[in-house]
Amino acid sequence: MATRSVVPFGPQHPVLPEPIHLDLVLEDEKVVEAVPSIGFVHRGLEKLVEKKDFHEYVYVAERICGICSFMHGMGYCEAVERIMKVEVPQRAHYLRTIWCEMSRIHSHLLWLGLLADAFGFESLFMQSWRLREKILDMFEVSTGGRVIFSVNKIGGVRKDMDADMLKSFVALFDGMEKELRILSKTFLNDYAVNSRLQGVGFLTKQQAHDFGAVGPFMRASGIDRDTRKLGYAAYPDLDFEPITSDVGDCYARTQVRIKEIFQSFDLIRQAAAKIPDGEIAVPVKGFPDGEHFMRVEQPRGEAIYYVKANGTKFLDRVRVRTPTFANLPAMLETLKGCQLADVPILILTIDPCISCTER
Amino acid sequence: MNVSKSPWLLHYDGSSCNGCDIEVLACLTPVYDVERFGVINTGNPKHADIFLITGGINHQNAQVVRQIYNQMPKPKVVVAVGICACNGGIFKECYNIQGGVDTVLPVDIYVPGCAARPEAIMDGVVKAVALLDQKRKKAAEQPAPDPKEAG
Amino acid sequence: MIDGEILTIGPGDLVPHVLQIKHDGYRLIQICATTTKEGYELTYSFGRGYEMAHLRLIVGPHAQIMSISNIYEPAFLYENEITDLFGVPIQLISPDYKGKLYRIEQQTPFK
Repeated sequence: MATRSVVPFGPQHPVLPEPIHLDLVLEDEKVVEAVPSIGFVHRGLEKLVEKKDFHEYVYVAERICGICSFMHGMGYCEAVERIMKVEVPQRAHYLRTIWCEMSRIHSHLLWLGLLADAFGFESLFMQSWRLREKILDMFEVSTGGRVIFSVNKIGGVRKDMDADMLKSFVALFDGMEKELRILSKTFLNDYAVNSRLQGVGFLTKQQAHDFGAVGPFMRASGIDRDTRKLGYAAYPDLDFEPITSDVGDCYARTQVRIKEIFQSFDLIRQAAAKIPDGEIAVPVKGFPDGEHFMRVEQPRGEAIYYVKANGTKFLDRVRVRTPTFANLPAMLETLKGCQLADVPILILTIDPCISCTER
Repeated sequence: MNVSKSPWLLHYDGSSCNGCDIEVLACLTPVYDVERFGVINTGNPKHADIFLITGGINHQNAQVVRQIYNQMPKPKVVVAVGICACNGGIFKECYNIQGGVDTVLPVDIYVPGCAARPEAIMDGVVKAVALLDQKRKKAAEQPAPDPKEAG
Repeated sequence: MIDGEILTIGPGDLVPHVLQIKHDGYRLIQICATTTKEGYELTYSFGRGYEMAHLRLIVGPHAQIMSISNIYEPAFLYENEITDLFGVPIQLISPDYKGKLYRIEQQTPFK
């Protein structure tokens, strides 16, 4: 038997902008076990419900993570709205859907860039992020912020998009789609890129189920499940099917995410065509009493917002089960047996978000 | 302002929400592109001149931040990016946040914002470059220790 | 289990229930703890397809709770988190971080 050695990975590692630490147990170059230690970005924001009232907490929820900030805010708001039985206007649902899908495009492009950086393709990284800036510009026009928006509130949204704005967004998507097609050719057909992604980091369908994987990580292993199908916001009115692949390697995950970007363009087009006129928010009176589990499909997978209220302005408990938290056990499983040099790519293909995980 | 050297930058995420981190990265990519000032992002503390920290400080990352800072060669500049790195921000009252970066390191430049905008971050970095020049000049003015005396 | 149902059970019934649920093809979605006046409330959520159903334990501060990490491997992260932040004594977690998952300074802040 080869001698075993332990190689520390992180917390400050060039491949991830965020800190996570793994102890990799190696036999020569092969990883036999990975033990995570987390807590570098643990803030304890779930306990802030004791200090901020349930309206103020929307701002905290948005700051669970700066990448999916919109969806975190929305997930929390929808949970409270369901407890309080608030009828959110249909237009607000559509606006939320549009912002959600814009978040997904921006998150997936960000991820594509980081992936390119991880396999050492600098220009592809830059091109992905250049494309992402266009979405951020749209966010800035429609909400005023680039990464943290504060447009959600309990009962609806704070800002509206007029017809001209929506039209201009949809027109911009045409150009973006063309550029993304060019980029995706390199991601999916380039020999050097394929050699890094294909056949690396397999996760079988059974493993994906047993380890409770979520999101594109799970769908790339052949499980056909997308929480958007549960029908929150305006998704019941929109036509889409979960994108899956049966292969389950790093390449499949890249493919699924690229297809999801095109799907998001399509969903925004559908929403922009169907969006009804009307109010964007309803006034909310009183305090919530009860509990609810709200499930939202984030770019990284299913997130669960558990809110328990006691009829006062301070909630009893807010708990967020984020997608990366659910994906960690499956990631540790795929790491077993891989080469040390593939570890960064493998970790990246689950699209880890550490600040989500540790809250 | 005269910028004389190309400073290299090290970015560490304290305990931020990621918002400022992706904005720091956005600065390094097209559209904002701080590389035009000669700034390069490095992962090695021994290559770095500017230490960019996002997010607040907790018990566990305090030693990581201190260690990275100590490994950086002198002169060095610390830039706290975002309101959490400045004073804890929205997470100030959280049980696992002891405050801003200045609770463990001497911070030279504070970049406020939630999340800090790329323009503000760039402004901070350009100021850091100027400060680096000043620090370098000051170090050069001081008489070098006599090698004989140092033994 | 019925979609959306929250079934309250005693701590001793947890493992047999979870074994049955595992046998029925459910996956573990999450485990969540809430502090109550009398102690804790633990909610275990399981899913099959798009369905989600929950088991709930309402226990005092010193109740002995068995880990389900030997039935559902991913449970170790949730259970370690709960031990770490709430101080609920969960036994036989594998692997057990012994209250050092987040390595926070303040002991069991949610207790």
